[in-house]
Formats: sequence, C-alpha cells, structure tokens
Amino acid sequence: MFRYMTFAPLVAAAGLALGAPARAEGTVEVLHWWTSGGEAKAVGELKQSFEAAGGTWIDSPIAGGGGDAAMTALRARVVAGNPPTAVQLKGPGIQEWAELGALADVEGVAAAEGWDGVLPPVLAAIMKSDGRYVAAPVNIHRVDWIWANPEVLARAGIDTMPTTWDEFNAAADKLIAAGITPLAHGGQPWQDATIFENVVLGVGGAEFYRAALVNLDPEALTSPTMVAAFDQLRKMRGYVDANFSGRDWNLATAMVMNGEAAFQIMGDWAKGEFLAAGKVPGKDFVCAPTPGGGFVLNADSFTFFKVSGEDNIAGQQKLASLIMSPEFQKTFNLAKGSIPARTDVPLDEFDDCAKLSHADLLKATEADTLVPSMAHEMAISRSVRGEFLDLVTEFFNSDMSSEDAAQRLADAVKRAM
Amino acid sequence: MAGTGFLTTLSRGFERRLPLIVVSPLFALSLFFVYGFIAWTVWISFTKSGVMPVYDLSGLAQYERLWTTPRWYVALKNLFIFSSLFIGISMALGIVLAILLDQRIRVEGVIRTIYLYPMALSFIVTGTAWKWILNPGLGIEKLVRDWGFPDFTFDWLVNPDYAIYTIVIAGVWQSSGYAMALFLAGLRSVDDEVLKAAAIDGAGAWRTYTRIVLPSMRPVFLSVVIILAHLAIKSFDLVVALTGGGPGYATDMPATFMYAFAFQRSELGMAAASAVMMLATICAIIVPYLYSELRGARR
Repeated sequence: MFRYMTFAPLVAAAGLALGAPARAEGTVEVLHWWTSGGEAKAVGELKQSFEAAGGTWIDSPIAGGGGDAAMTALRARVVAGNPPTAVQLKGPGIQEWAELGALADVEGVAAAEGWDGVLPPVLAAIMKSDGRYVAAPVNIHRVDWIWANPEVLARAGIDTMPTTWDEFNAAADKLIAAGITPLAHGGQPWQDATIFENVVLGVGGAEFYRAALVNLDPEALTSPTMVAAFDQLRKMRGYVDANFSGRDWNLATAMVMNGEAAFQIMGDWAKGEFLAAGKVPGKDFVCAPTPGGGFVLNADSFTFFKVSGEDNIAGQQKLASLIMSPEFQKTFNLAKGSIPARTDVPLDEFDDCAKLSHADLLKATEADTLVPSMAHEMAISRSVRGEFLDLVTEFFNSDMSSEDAAQRLADAVKRAM
Repeated sequence: MAGTGFLTTLSRGFERRLPLIVVSPLFALSLFFVYGFIAWTVWISFTKSGVMPVYDLSGLAQYERLWTTPRWYVALKNLFIFSSLFIGISMALGIVLAILLDQRIRVEGVIRTIYLYPMALSFIVTGTAWKWILNPGLGIEKLVRDWGFPDFTFDWLVNPDYAIYTIVIAGVWQSSGYAMALFLAGLRSVDDEVLKAAAIDGAGAWRTYTRIVLPSMRPVFLSVVIILAHLAIKSFDLVVALTGGGPGYATDMPATFMYAFAFQRSELGMAAASAVMMLATICAIIVPYLYSELRGARR
C-alpha cells in the first residue's frame, strides 16, 4: 500500500507525459491481478487491442492473495482521490463501491451498443448500479462442472457421467470398491464452497439455490432441503483421499489427469490445465455439468471508477466499448479458457466443453435456471460469503451434523447482515 | 556586552534544548504512527466500517458480533494452546540442553551452533519445511510406511483436532535452541566460588542445580519467557506457511483472524474489534509487569 502511494504520482506523471501527444485517443490505467500464465496472456490481449486502437495503456498489476493485495491498493487510491480508470472487480463488490459513489457509468456506450440485448439478464443486473452500466464483463466461467478421466471410469465399469447425485454416489462407491479415489479435491475453503454450491443446486434446484444462497432467506437456510444438501456434502467427504487438506485446485486436476482420481468438481479454469497438458476433451478427459440442470455463473469484469480529465474519460469509454467487442471477447476467452460474456459471439474456434457451456447457458437463461456463484463472489457480499466459507469448511472438516450445520449457517448469516 | 550576554544565554538555552529538538521529530512520528493508529483502530472498531472506513459510531455492535463468532473462540483457544505449549516445551528443552552442554564437553562450539541455527531461519522457511515433513503423503508417514509399517499413521497436519500441535512442533524446533543459548549464558555466569562451596559441602549435581544454580538464574527465565511470549502472540507467518489456518479454520490465531477479516472479507470494523481485543490481552499481561518493574526500580 505504502509503495503504491509513493509511486502513484510518478505513474501519473509518466501517463501525462506519454499521453500528451495522443490526447484525443484516451488513456487508461488498469488495476488487475492477472499476473500468471494464461491470465497474464489474456490481459495482454486487452492491452494490445487497446493500444492498436490508438490509446495509452498504463498497466497496474498487483499480485498476491487472490486480489486481496490489489483491493488494499485500490482502497488507498480511492481514499487519496486518485482511482485507476478500470479495476478487475466482480459481483456484489461492484455494488459496494457504487454505494460509496466511487464509480463512473458507461451507460452511453452500453446503450449505443445494445449491451442489454447480448448479455444474460442475470449477468447484466450484476454489472449495473441504479440501472446504469458501471462495469463490463469479459468472460463467463461455468462453476458447475464435473471433470472426469474416462479411462479410470472404464476400469470401474462406469460408462456414463452421473446426472443425479444418487448416480454420482453409486459411481463413487463403485470406484472405491475398485480401489480408486472417486473425487479429487483440495481442502481450501473456496473449494469446499464450490462443491457445496453445486450440491445445493443439484439437491434443491435453481429456485431453492436463489432463495438460500442469493436472497439468504432464513427459512430456506434451515429447511429440510438444506439439511439434505449437507447430507450429500457429508457423503462427498467420504469420497476424497486422506491427503486432501490444503491442496491447490490444479494439483487436484492433475490427479484426474494422471488417473489417481476419477472426478473433480471445479469451474472451467480446470479445463485450462487439461489443455495445457495437451489432453483432448472427449478423449483424454470428459466434462459434464453437475446434477441439477442449472448453470452456476462466474464472470470476471472490469469496473469503471470516477476519473477526471478528458483524456481519461475518453479512454474509459473506449475501453468499455473494446471489452464488449465480439473480437476481443473471442481472443480473450480463447486465451483464458472461459466463454464470451456476449451470447452472440460465434464459437467455431472453441473446444467442445466451451460449446456445451454456451448451449447450456442459453438453455438456462431460457428456463430461468441461471444462478450466480456464491463461492466465487457473484451472489453475496464478501462478508456473508466469508461466513458461508467458514461454516462449510468447518462442516467438511468435522463431524458436525447436517441439522446443526443448517442452523449454524442461518445464525452466521444473520450475524453478518 | 549586553548583546553577547544575550547570545550566550540563547546558545546555552539552545544547548539545553538540543536533545529535545533532535528527539522530537522521532517522538512525533512514533506518537502519530503508533499511538495515532492505535486510536484510529479503536475508533474504527466502534463503527460499521466495511470495505472502506466510515466514522459514524455505532456502539458495541462489532464486539457483540465478534464474541458470538465461533471462529474467534477457535482462534483464542489456539492461541492459548500454542503459547502455553510453545513456551513450556521450548524452555524445558532449552534448559536441559543447556545443562548437558555445560558439562565441559569437547565439541561444544559445533553443537551449540547446530542447535542455534534454526533461529537464523525465518518462520516462513520453518513452516514450509515442516509442512513437507509432516504431510502424510510426502513426509514422515510415507517414509515409515515405506520402511514396512503400512499401518503407521501420523496425520496431525490434516487432522483438525491435532493440527495446532504441528505448529507447536515447528515453533519449538525453531526456538528451543535460542532458549538454550540464553540459559547457557546464565549457567556460565553463576559464580564458581558458590559451586565450589556447594561441592565442599557435599551437595550432589541434582541438588546443586535445583537449589543453587536454577534459582540464581531468575532474570534469565524472565527474559526467555518474554521473548518466547511475544513470538507466540505474533505467530502469524508460521501459521500461514505451515497450515494456512487449516484444515478449515482449525489453526486460526487472532492475528490470522484479523488479517482474514480486514483484507479478505472487507470487514474493517470487525477486524479492528479483534485487533483491540488482542491489544487488551497484551496490556493485561504487560501493564502489571511494567508496574512491578518500575516500582522495583524506584525502590
């Protein structure tokens, strides 16, 4: 934080010096924490596109703590009255900053380009404050995936992917009988919560998911359906290996890849690991939605902060337009492994899992079974999400009863509100 | 003449105040950056601050919430378990090693250095090394199983009930050598004449140590306790490197609790409340100690 404040004037001065000749073209400073591998490559695409359009891009990558360090820097910048043009910020976090009056809207660009017509309504609502767009989504990650190793499944005599949790349990029991770990999992709170939300969707359906994990209805949280979801989560605990505690998600993916485990429940960033290892979807690994017939949505977005100066405002508008352009959405998501947030981008160059994701997205939008992810900060504020993570991870690592878990969850949510 | 006299008075006054003038910027800085921010934190703990600080007071709401949060109790319990075991075991091991080293043995210098070396590592390195050693799939458990004991289990690191003890193990490994060095210095400073007198009076080794040597080392015990206690209370890096607070939040400490709420959950008010509770805990220990020390000094 301190370092940031010291360098901020320098960066700003450099921006002015560089930006001066290209005044009309616009300048943006983008704060993000995409610093590794495919993510860095993806943000590089955005930088290139922006510079190709004649703008000046000031990169402010702040790595560390899954964005915690970047948020600390952002706080300092906003307090100092010198916010960046755009920040990698998602979900209800956008609303928190909007309530503080720190955001600028890009409604002009959005209305002219017809964003409402091309974004899923659930996602569009998250991007808006008071009905005006203050953020632009770059991608859609699907959270409710099961990744599987078909060769391992064949060894245990399983030839179809499970479509209900009962089928999943039956398959897992068969795998255990064959001496194979059914579920590759890493015992970190967000991974536990990822499984939990998929189980809630599968056991209760989209309607219940929304009541419990989005609207935080106390009756839903203590209902028998929630108890049943915890029962299923308890079963899943029996399907992970003894050494799961603290494991990173990509190591769990590697277990499926190497045939040490059969399934992993994880968002489609896991696909990037398979593809990076040269595996072919449908042959070396298979992807299938988790039971429930819904779609758990996770989307990254850039949120626009109130900046002053013609040049900065012009750059902000240009960046918004660029992020939502079909060409950028395609190149960015090919690099990151997700699918475009715009539903009208042709997917010819994408892989089969991405195509399935896109088809299911349209179906879920139609059937109103598209739900925002709780575990990935799309549904509820960070404070309430923290209470969910604490409770779910304690349940997963202890012998708490399902009834107690549902009651304690409701209590914790009440405390945090 | 009058002018010179005035200048002399001035320069004398300046000389007298010079120390004050030199020290005051530092004093002002520490006043602002230490006590100013303590006051700020206390203020924030009485507000409903979330992602950004707000300054409207809202009473004890954050404290009420803190003391109904199960995770806070886990953190307190862990701090108690960890600090009592860490301080107790490090001191016991330190004194035993020091007494053994004190027997005028041959390669004392080498052995002393070996025991003291862990202290030169940062807690991050210690934590990471022990994470691998204690990991059931990589470390001790796998090693012993590969030796032909397939039922051997040592899974404390991934067992929520025992994970806190792995932090004790790593902490003791790191700090008992340091305790040994302090105790050894204390042992060496015991007057030889007294020891000779004891030997002439026919006191055995056990009696000499328990009745004469150890009681005369009271100040050393006090320093060791204070050094280990502050290591225990600020234990943040060791927990982060070794268990990451897990499994679940089974090895959370007040410091990691505060970090999680301030920087991961955007709950500045709650984090400030927990920080104030930590401060109050330390004050409860330090103030009586300072009081007795200062009173002793005046006497």
